[in-house]
This record gives sequence, structure tokens and C-alpha cells, in this order.
Amino acid sequence: MELQEFISNFADQFDDTDASELTKDTVFKNVDEWSSLTALSIIAMCDEEYDVALKGDDISNSKTIEDLFNLVKSKA
Amino acid sequence: MAFLKINNVEIKGIAASVPKYSEENVNSGVFPNNEDARKFISSTGVERRRVADSNTTTSDMCYLAAERLISDLKWERDSIDCLILVTQSPDYILPASSCILQHRLKLNEECYALDVSLGCSGWVYGLSVIANLISNGSFRRGLFLCGETALRFASKKDKSTWPLFGDAGTCVALEYSESAGDICFHFATDGSGAEAIIIPEGGFRNPYSNETLNYFKAEEGITRNKLHTIMNGMDVFAFGISKAPESVRKLCANFNLELNLIDYFTFHQANLFMNEKIRKKLKLPEDKVLYSLKNFGNTSSASIPLTIVTQLNNEIRTNKIKHLACGFGVGLSWGSVYFETKNIACPEIIEF
Repeated sequence: MELQEFISNFADQFDDTDASELTKDTVFKNVDEWSSLTALSIIAMCDEEYDVALKGDDISNSKTIEDLFNLVKSKA
Repeated sequence: MAFLKINNVEIKGIAASVPKYSEENVNSGVFPNNEDARKFISSTGVERRRVADSNTTTSDMCYLAAERLISDLKWERDSIDCLILVTQSPDYILPASSCILQHRLKLNEECYALDVSLGCSGWVYGLSVIANLISNGSFRRGLFLCGETALRFASKKDKSTWPLFGDAGTCVALEYSESAGDICFHFATDGSGAEAIIIPEGGFRNPYSNETLNYFKAEEGITRNKLHTIMNGMDVFAFGISKAPESVRKLCANFNLELNLIDYFTFHQANLFMNEKIRKKLKLPEDKVLYSLKNFGNTSSASIPLTIVTQLNNEIRTNKIKHLACGFGVGLSWGSVYFETKNIACPEIIEF
């Protein structure tokens, strides 16, 4: 599981945010477009791409995209 | 492995009853502005819901559906040997509402009556209980009631529950019949998710206290008291999109059912965003997957029969249909069922 691919999959869940704006250090909840629906899309993406079932707390307790990547990696 | 196959039981009719009053989500007052309301509607698919008045209970709605089916099927009341009610909004803490319904429906004293406390998975579980009772051959006929006044325990100031849930009552009539097709089930439970959907007080773990009814702000857009439903949307979503498709696949694998031979799929009406993820994971065509949540919202255990009544009303009366249904939610509890119907009674939805 690659970080760059995860960031790309993560970026796919946004409509108006360009993938180039997102890096491993992005605090994703600060992205303008972030909403509860984006959170659900991220959960669905992790389920589809990595077969990992995230909990609400996993999203709440992660700050950066890399934090979430590490979490998904540990569960994959 | 929690699989079950039940034979000799035929579904003879399905009916549903809803309050006449329909509340539009755009006018519900729960959203700070129209933009938020529109976003909610486009992701959940719920435009409006039926809301029961404060004098109407689940058993009242189920009673109307049952009366209508008894009359349409011309059943003698003393031929009905059992009654199951699935609800988490009973008339009282005690006695069981199924006992009250036995009397109200003027059923014989020689009647088995049982309440089952489950929500979104409840139709699948309740169907297994009553079908098993009838399959034995001693009980001739049974009424299987499922309903909820979910809005009675949702806060009007909670944007995660009030605009999502709706009130409804349903009834399925079943009969012993040696020519009936098999009914096949898969069940599963994960109590570690008990807090994903919970009413925290008013039971006996955290009894009602002087503070129970105090409103507090849980988060932006969510103000409630401790007799209101709390829903952890992210946990429920993660659960639904993984476990519902898995259950359907297990059911099919275990009983050699082919998805492409099923005529209609009826999933618990959780919300459109979640249900569409489930549909796509199973690669099901849109025209085979039924929805009623646009007009009725999420009606807990009533959602599967309510969807069948509102979407298949004509076809189910004249055709033989192979159904697959899946319920999933509060518990956490989930299950899938395969069953067939042939020219069954299915009156138009009852409004009162």
C-alpha cells in the first residue's frame, strides 16, 4: 500500500478540491470542502480500495492524510 | 454459522399503514438554511416523512394494517394462532404490545403472542420467528407486525435523525402450506457496536432521572436530551456498506442462490448514499433495487415491507416474485432473507 496512491484516492473524494492541493501533511478537516459526506466517502473508499472498515473515531482522531494512511495500513 | 431454511410457510399478504401528515424536509426547521436542507436531501434521498401525532402508537398503525389484511384475505379470526410484533416503540414498558393487539384484533385466546425488540434488522428476524412457528404444522396462520414511531424518540433539533426517520406500521400474513417455497435466512450480530445507535437513558442501565429531559448541544446542529436517539453516522455507515453486501453474498453462497435470478431486492431504507454503495458493491441493476425513502424516510423495521407495498403493489398481486431482502442497523444486528410470493394480497398503502 503506497502513500501516494492513498493521497490520490483520498483526493478523488472531493469535487472542487484539486489533487495538487493535498499532501501527506494536509490537515484534511481544514480543507474548505470537507463535510460529513466527505468523511463517509473516505470510509467507503477505504472499504472498497483496501477492504478496511474505519470507525468514526478513526476519522475524528486523525489529523493529516498520512495519519489516516498509517491507520488504514495497520488495519489492512 | 447462522443460516436457516424454513419450509411449508407461505406469505399470503403484506399491508402497510402510515400517518396522513407528511413533513417536508425543506420546511422541517431542523436545518439552518435551505442550502443545508438541499445537501441533506441529495445525499440521504429523503425528501419527506410521515409523522405520527402524539396520540398514535406503533401498535395503532400495525393494527390498521392487520385489520385490512384479515378482511382482504377473509380470514376467520379464530384461525390465527400466532402474532409477532417487532418494535422498539411499544405502547408500554409492560405489558407487551402483542398481548394488547391480540385482544384488539379480537383473536382467539388460544393465541401465541410475542414482542421482539429489534430495529432495522427486525423484519428479517421477526419473519424467521413466525415462519418457524408456523412451519411446525400446529399453528395454521399468523400475523407478523412490524412498525416504529421512530420520530417519537428523535430530537426535532437533531439534523442527523429528525429529517431521516419516519413513522409506519406494517403487517405480513402467513399460512401453513405444504406447497410453499423455502424461505432462506442469514443472520449476524455485533454487540460491540451497541452504542452506534442508542437511546442512552430510560431503560434500566441508566434509568430515567431528573436530568433526563434536559436538552444539551452535542455538536453543531445536534441538540437533544437523553431519551432521544443518538446515531454515530460514520460508524453506522462503515458497518452498513461492509456487512449488508457480505450478508447477501453469504446467503446466496450457502443456499446456491444466484443474484441474477432474483426479481427484486429490498434493502432496509437506511439512506440513499449508503444504500447505493451497497447496491453497487453487489453490482445490482438499478431497476431491481426498490426504494421508498424519498417519501417515507427510514422507518426502521417497517422499511422493508413498506417499500414492497409502495413499490410492488400491483405486480405482487398478479405475479410470482423472487425476493431478496436485507435488514441492518441498531444492535448492531443484521440479516438477509430469500423468499417468494405468488399473487398475494397487497392493499394500497393505508393512510389515516
